[in-house]
Amino acid sequence: MDISFENVTFTYMPNTPFEHQAFHDLSFRIKSGSFVAIVGHTGSGKSTVIQHLNGLLKPTEGEVTVGDYKLVSDKKIKNIKDLRKRVGVVFQYPEHQLFEETVEKDIGFGPKNFGVNQEEVNKRILDSLSAVQLPESLLEKSPFDLSGGQMRRVAIAGVLAMNPEVLVLDEPTAGLDPRGQKDMMNMFYQLHQKNELTTVLVTHSMDDALQYADHVIILDQGTKYMEGPPADLFLKQKELQQVQLDVPEIIQFLFKVEEKFGIRLPYHGQSIEQLASELREVLRGADRLE
Amino acid sequence: MNNIIIGQYVPGNSIIHRLDPRTKIIVIFFFVIFVFFANSVASYGLLVLFSFGCAFATRIKLEYIAKGLTPVWLLIVFTFFLHLIMTREGDVLFTIFSFPIYSGALIQGISISLRFFLLILVTSMLTLTTTPIEITDAIERLLQPLKKIKFPVHELALMMSISLRFIPTLLQETEKISKAQASRGVDFKSGPIKERMQAIVPLLVPLFVSAFKRAEDLAMAMEARGYQGGEGRTKLRELKIESRDRWTFLFFAVVIFCLFLTRA
Repeated sequence: MDISFENVTFTYMPNTPFEHQAFHDLSFRIKSGSFVAIVGHTGSGKSTVIQHLNGLLKPTEGEVTVGDYKLVSDKKIKNIKDLRKRVGVVFQYPEHQLFEETVEKDIGFGPKNFGVNQEEVNKRILDSLSAVQLPESLLEKSPFDLSGGQMRRVAIAGVLAMNPEVLVLDEPTAGLDPRGQKDMMNMFYQLHQKNELTTVLVTHSMDDALQYADHVIILDQGTKYMEGPPADLFLKQKELQQVQLDVPEIIQFLFKVEEKFGIRLPYHGQSIEQLASELREVLRGADRLE
Repeated sequence: MNNIIIGQYVPGNSIIHRLDPRTKIIVIFFFVIFVFFANSVASYGLLVLFSFGCAFATRIKLEYIAKGLTPVWLLIVFTFFLHLIMTREGDVLFTIFSFPIYSGALIQGISISLRFFLLILVTSMLTLTTTPIEITDAIERLLQPLKKIKFPVHELALMMSISLRFIPTLLQETEKISKAQASRGVDFKSGPIKERMQAIVPLLVPLFVSAFKRAEDLAMAMEARGYQGGEGRTKLRELKIESRDRWTFLFFAVVIFCLFLTRA
């Protein structure tokens, strides 16, 4: 589903002393089937943005369009349940939403609410369990007996079981160990590629944004600061530093190389290992010439 | 959800904000008693003047205070009509649907609901201008004499401040979890009563789980920092009665004196 924000403003608790504007006059587009990363400093309005995607919040001003759904301030959204079925949101620390007696019931909770029949629910439970790479032996266990990482996978499976067309991820790797972070991001990327899932990732990690996203939106203090393909965006070191964002490690490495050897290596999505061998080749070539 | 809280603390620097919390508690405590002494138009007028004067002095927008009282309005109106219908004193003023309304009932209705309104207005002023921590500090200090009869004053104050401290946290948590469950298709707002009751389970279970976990973490953190009760514990912010507190007491005494003068 295509998603668009047009001049959207959102204010928390308007007309009280606690009034607070989360973002202001925000416009952007997310194409169906793309992988978009939204990055920004704490308080830049990222989490508020994603709550608009499945109608949990409605814009104070402006218009949000998700597929055929239009969200404007004064109108009630018809078929909000249908919208929520098609846009799956994985919130920060999703393991906090587990509540059922068994893992099986908890994963099946979403699809059941959306009126999927039992047979299909059972099938989806198994599918999403394998998608998050958990063994079937866990199905009968209580979700509260699992380890933190497993709980998170179960919670994510619960969202995947809804078979959403858009998957929204709010810092899905927060609090995991580095290995777990990598595994989880690879898992989401596979899902994105296999099912052509439109994926919106909110993250602090510039490295993740660079590696997985095909479009990056940078928010700063409730406005759009920059947007574009990550390989272009992350080369703008100065602009990034201005909003206290780091340049991804790989790009930093490229800058260092240029500083030290005077060689400019082009970036086209290599891993750090590939980059190292490329650099070796280039340096060897330079030696030979001398 | 955040609008439900009657008298949620609004940061400010008005004279009322700066008063010692004990002063505010004592004055409000006596105000609550003396409201019941008013029995004439003049005495009610005095109390209304005093309450609104305080409300103005907090420099908080009046409409915000009024909005905070929204849930109470219904109760006030209800009280008024209950008295209007049930009281049978004085002369019959008029009849609606062969139901007589007495003049005593009108007076009774107005005065009871006015009392009610003043009580809530003034007490909400305490929480509007005083942080929960200040309030518990003040209560701990005021209850100090009870220590002589082995009453656990410090523990009580600590319990109060912990529960007050966690109200916003739990509210936030509730909002977070209800959003997460709404995203999984739970409908809290419509549908048959039975389904809506069931919709509470996916909200309450995670809420309890996290509340217990928080309690455990807090206990652990307190022990790790060597907490062992109030014995010999010093305070970062000492409560101090200043001259503005003395003037407040004097002013309040004058108001009460006038109240007795204007009584019928």
